[in-house]
Amino acid sequence: MSAALLEVESLTVHHGQLCAIDDVSFTQRQGEVLAVVGANGAGKSTLLRTIAGLHRPTSGCVRLDGKDINDLSVSRRVALGISLVPEGRRLFSSMTLEENLQVGAYHANPGPFDIKRVYELFDWMPGRRKQSVWQLSGGEQQAVAIGRALVANPRVLLLDELSLGLAPIIIEKIYALVPEILAQGVSILIVEQDVSQGVSAADRVHCLLEGRTSMTGTPAELTSEEIDRAYFGAGLVAPAVTSGVVE
Amino acid sequence: MIWLNIVIQGALVGGFYALFACGLSLMFGVLKVINLAHGDMAVVAGYVAVFLSPRLHIPGLWSFLVVVPLFALLGYVVQRTVIQKSIDRDPFTTLLVTFGLSVVIENLLLEMYSANGQSINIGSLIGESWHPASIIYISYVSLAVLAAAVLVLLALQLFLSKSGIGRLIRAVADDQEAAQLSGANYRHVFGIAAAIAFATVALAGIAYGMMTQFAPTSGGVNLLFAFEVVVIGGIGSLWGTLVGGIALGIAQQFGAHINLSYQILAGNILFLAVLAVRPQGLFGRRSSLA
Amino acid sequence: MSTERLIEVPRARVKVRRSTHSPIFTIIGALVLVCLLTVAPWIVPAQFATTLTNFFILVIMATMWNLLAGYAGMVSIGQQAFVGLGAYATLYFAIKGLNPFVAIPFAALVCAALAVPITYLLFRLRGGYFSIATWVVSDTALLIIGTIAVLGGGTGRTMPGLQNLSPGETAHFSYLATWFVALIVVTGTYVLLRSRTGLVLASIRDNEVAARSAGVNVRAARRSIFVIAAAGCGAAGAVLAISQPFIQPSNEFNLQWAAEMLFVSMIGGLGTIEGPIIGSIIFFVLQQSLQQQGAWYLIIVGALAVVIALWQPRGLWGAFRDRFHTELLPVGHWVEPGESGP
Repeated sequence: MSAALLEVESLTVHHGQLCAIDDVSFTQRQGEVLAVVGANGAGKSTLLRTIAGLHRPTSGCVRLDGKDINDLSVSRRVALGISLVPEGRRLFSSMTLEENLQVGAYHANPGPFDIKRVYELFDWMPGRRKQSVWQLSGGEQQAVAIGRALVANPRVLLLDELSLGLAPIIIEKIYALVPEILAQGVSILIVEQDVSQGVSAADRVHCLLEGRTSMTGTPAELTSEEIDRAYFGAGLVAPAVTSGVVE
Repeated sequence: MIWLNIVIQGALVGGFYALFACGLSLMFGVLKVINLAHGDMAVVAGYVAVFLSPRLHIPGLWSFLVVVPLFALLGYVVQRTVIQKSIDRDPFTTLLVTFGLSVVIENLLLEMYSANGQSINIGSLIGESWHPASIIYISYVSLAVLAAAVLVLLALQLFLSKSGIGRLIRAVADDQEAAQLSGANYRHVFGIAAAIAFATVALAGIAYGMMTQFAPTSGGVNLLFAFEVVVIGGIGSLWGTLVGGIALGIAQQFGAHINLSYQILAGNILFLAVLAVRPQGLFGRRSSLA
Repeated sequence: MSTERLIEVPRARVKVRRSTHSPIFTIIGALVLVCLLTVAPWIVPAQFATTLTNFFILVIMATMWNLLAGYAGMVSIGQQAFVGLGAYATLYFAIKGLNPFVAIPFAALVCAALAVPITYLLFRLRGGYFSIATWVVSDTALLIIGTIAVLGGGTGRTMPGLQNLSPGETAHFSYLATWFVALIVVTGTYVLLRSRTGLVLASIRDNEVAARSAGVNVRAARRSIFVIAAAGCGAAGAVLAISQPFIQPSNEFNLQWAAEMLFVSMIGGLGTIEGPIIGSIIFFVLQQSLQQQGAWYLIIVGALAVVIALWQPRGLWGAFRDRFHTELLPVGHWVEPGESGP
């Protein structure tokens, strides 16, 4: 078993008075794909944003290589090797495809990825590098967002809702990249609402329900029924409630 | 020929307005901050030039070589301290704070230098002009200021599109969070944008001091003009600033031609008309109105 | 796996009550104060009455500015437009033969009427652009008024209709007029904020998007507040024009009015009724004690306002209230659980 890369310990995050993440702990190991799944509003995005430094936790901490990074700014965390591909892609809309990658590369760590390498990964990009990003399709924009994070050469890549709003065939193509990225020594933390997608790509699955950990394990250990229960909460899954009435 | 002269003189003044406004536009575009003390910073730059040039034995004409870098530094420091602190509260606070600073600066200058006008001494150059036709006189100073405005806008355009840090500035303007996720320290980027804005406003202040007299209260009037330029040209458009400046300049010259007391009024009316008919400005995108 | 958690909706009845203790002491105190301030000109020396007049003019303006910015989120640095228009409307009515004192409410109405079309222009801009646009409006009004010869043009003229009063009487009556306008404006604001409109404004201030989706017509609410504030500032301009009866565009439309309104509200505390009044008191104490030092009082007040905006954004009264949990003029609502129903 390889060393712990990213540790989340007893993390609690509030949005105002609302508790979005409640005492969540897990460990991501070097070279591992960890999938955090959960329904809408389970706190998945908040979790990733807190790891990236966009939210401050109420309590608990995030550690990288055993060092507490709670007090570091977003940009310091990027320098240490945490890159987030945010939900909704969030490309720089006034810029071209290539300029988006150049921004990502400006503060890059040394490593295997650069703009040239990203162009090899997505062979359609070089021909369209001068295009404005708003002219690209949703899937293409997602690819640019991933490329922009990769050129910073992260040690752990946080992917937030990659599949949101994309056609299944596109999602499949994007997930096909996971092994290639992994092969370069980048660990991946995926957040997905789409359970099957998250589970099939992951080495381990962590399920959130209303901000708490409801289940954790490897895909091989878990039955789909268990996952469903952890995803929706007990008693709310149709097969488990024969009468159809919720007490 | 009268009309041609109005257009020419308007365009010459317009160059100055554009120079004055581009810092305001940049600050808003990147930091989403309207610096209500923008005009006063220009006046302060004028006073600093008047103060420094005899002491450092630099001719007034070249005083900008010292004052502009000084103001860039000042811009960075002010941004990283006062303005950032107010941004961290909310946009509302930035307005209150910069307006408060504006009043404080204006009255401090009044206490220190009285309400008398001052100007930057550039010797006999002030009176010299090119005389291409019967009633048309083109002042060399005004022409130089127009050229400076075009150069500054060109340089800004190149810097923002071609340099790494310029791209970061645009990235922060587009999406601050995503820029941070790409490793940008947005506070530092804000500081650099403010440094550029302060440098341009210092240049504008010195140009103003060469062309005419300035007094502690000149800042407010010029802020109004700069703001009108930005809205007329289109919020967030660099070249719109130049067109807006020239449009405002021509409107004011036209007003002055009818009756000298209509000069500023004509500019205000153009502004209100643009606001009524085309609120996104001549070159602006509707989305940038917010 | 313990994930069982059903959401239980409590069916409690709630009581809504007004904040804080019984207002009886506040009311008695207020009545005593009102009586004292009404008889003040018979008691205090004449020049002190003039100072009080200026004080209440500032209270009116600051209360209106606080309504605009503190409650409706509009930072106007062009309210001097309505101060000036109110002054000039009074002058116009007086020239037409109306008693200037009678003209005060009409001047306020004129300002309200002028404010309506102005909002249609101004509301196209938001945030800082709105702020500077209010200033452009004020500058434009100043320039237009300056071209009207009958109103004295750029050089100004004296308010007619006051000649048969002695200077002492003018000071006396203009104090009373100002004090009554201030009383009406402050009480009116208080009543307005305790009404449904106050609730609407609070909802906009807390979360504009949520307010909009809950059916609040944000734009209409803002418009009515802008119009009310214009009327209030117009009334302030009217009493200003009576108490300092030489009317000049550069004085009535002075940006300094906006600066004072803003500073006073900031220092006292935005979003409270008491704040602008307390801010006005502080402003006047500073102004009177630094009278010999030129513009220094404005520099100090401005710097104080900046410091307060950065480090104590709820102002002095807000800080005081947070510490002692007290309100003189409560406008809030408190929801408390009542007995549980079935």
